[in-house]
Amino acid sequence: MCLAIPAKVVSITGNKAKVDFGEGVLREVDITLVNVEVGEYVLVHAGYAIQVLSAEEAEETLRLWNEILDAASQLKMK
Amino acid sequence: MAERLKFRNPDLAKRVVEKIFEVAPKDGTVKICHVCGTHEWTITHFGIRSLLPSNVEVIAGPGCPVCVTPASEIDEAVQLALKGVVVTCFGDVLRVPGSQMSLLDAKAEGADIRVVYSAADAVKMAEKEQNKEFAFFAIGFETTAPSTAIEVLKKPPKNLSFLVSHRLIPPAMELLLGIGDLHIDGFIAPGHVSTIIGLKPYEVFPKAYRMPTVVAGFEPLDVLFAVYMILKQLKDGEARLENEYTRAVRWEGNLKAQELMHQAFEVVDGEWRGLGKLPASAFRLKKEYAAYDAREKFRVKVEHSRDLPPGCQCHLVMIGKIKPTECPLYMKTCTPQRPVGACMVSMEGTCRIWAKAINMPR
Repeated sequence: MCLAIPAKVVSITGNKAKVDFGEGVLREVDITLVNVEVGEYVLVHAGYAIQVLSAEEAEETLRLWNEILDAASQLKMK
Repeated sequence: MAERLKFRNPDLAKRVVEKIFEVAPKDGTVKICHVCGTHEWTITHFGIRSLLPSNVEVIAGPGCPVCVTPASEIDEAVQLALKGVVVTCFGDVLRVPGSQMSLLDAKAEGADIRVVYSAADAVKMAEKEQNKEFAFFAIGFETTAPSTAIEVLKKPPKNLSFLVSHRLIPPAMELLLGIGDLHIDGFIAPGHVSTIIGLKPYEVFPKAYRMPTVVAGFEPLDVLFAVYMILKQLKDGEARLENEYTRAVRWEGNLKAQELMHQAFEVVDGEWRGLGKLPASAFRLKKEYAAYDAREKFRVKVEHSRDLPPGCQCHLVMIGKIKPTECPLYMKTCTPQRPVGACMVSMEGTCRIWAKAINMPR
C-alpha cells in the first residue's frame, strides 16, 4: 500500500501532470502535494505525487556509502 | 532507471555485508524491526536475511495497512455495499476477511464494489453516475491519507462520501516497544510514510526508548545500509535518529500534505486488527465534513466483530512475535489462493510475501 514508484514529469497542466514510469508507461497523476518542474522525478503513490526525488541527494548517498566502504577497506590494509 | 540500478549494485552490496559482519556483536543477538510491507518485500525478495550474521534478526512489524484494518471496518464497508451504496476501494482490500464476509463475498452477492487506482478515480466515477451513491473506502497510512484529504477538501460531488480508515505508524511502533518479550534493538522506519511526516515523529524512539532508528528506502542497498547504521549505533552505544533515504525524505516531511491532513482529519483512537485499540492512532473526518462521512450519512453501525478466524495468528505475525511459518494455518488452510487471515491477502502482508517468495527466509 505504501508502495511508491519514481516517475519523470513529462508535462504539467494545473495540478495534474503526465509522468513517465519508464519504458513508455505514461500516466496522469495529481501534483497538489509537490512543487515540481518538467524533467524532475517524483515518487508516485496511488495516483498522487508525494515527494520530489533529489538527484543530488541520490548521488550524495552513493558517494557517502563508497566513502564509508573505502575507509573500511583502507583500515583493513593497514 | 539507471538510478535504481545503482542502488542494486551487487559489488556494493557485498561490501556492505562485510561491514555488517564487522560491526555486528560477536555474542548475543540483535533484533531489528521494520514496519513496512514494502520493506518486507525487499528483504524477502532479495534474500537479505540470508546475507546477515546469524545473530542479527530482522522482523516485520505492523506495516501492512490492509492487514491492520480491523474486521469491524471491513464490516462497515460491507454494510454500505449491501445497503446499495457503490463502494470503491483499493484492490488489495477486496479479499480481506470481515467478521462474516469480505467485500469480494459481498460483490458475489450482487453488491456494486469497484476497484480504483486512486481516490481521484472514485471522484470521477461519482461525477459520471450522479444517480448513484458512492463511498470511497479510504484505508492506508500517512502515505495515503493526504490523497483522501485532497479530495475531501476539494468538495467532491454530493453523491460521494468517505469511509475513512486511515491509521498512523508512530503509535504502532510505540506499541511494539510496550510488548515486554519482543526485545527490539532498533527500528527501520518506513521511507514513504516518512516522505509525508518527516523525521520529527520518530524522535521519541531514540530519546525516550534509547532505540536506534533509521529511516530507509526500499532498494536492497537501502535496507542493508540501514541495518549497518543500526548495528554501528549499537556498537558505539548510541541511540540516534538517522535518515538513510535522503533522496526522498526531508527532515520536515511534506508540509503541504501535513497541512491538508490537519485540515480534513482529527486524530482519534483506532482499532487495529487483533491488537485492540491504540490511542491516537487513526484519522477521522472532522465534524465540518460530516456530510462526506459515510458512517454518518448512511448510519453505519457495527456492533460485534471478529478480527481473527479460528486458528489465525495474524495478530502475532503482525507484531513480529512469530514468523508466518510458525502459524499452524500457513500454507495449509491459509494460502494466497484461499487466504484465511488478512496477512495472506495483501501484497504487503508478511504471510503473502513469504508464500510468494522463491527463496524462503530462514
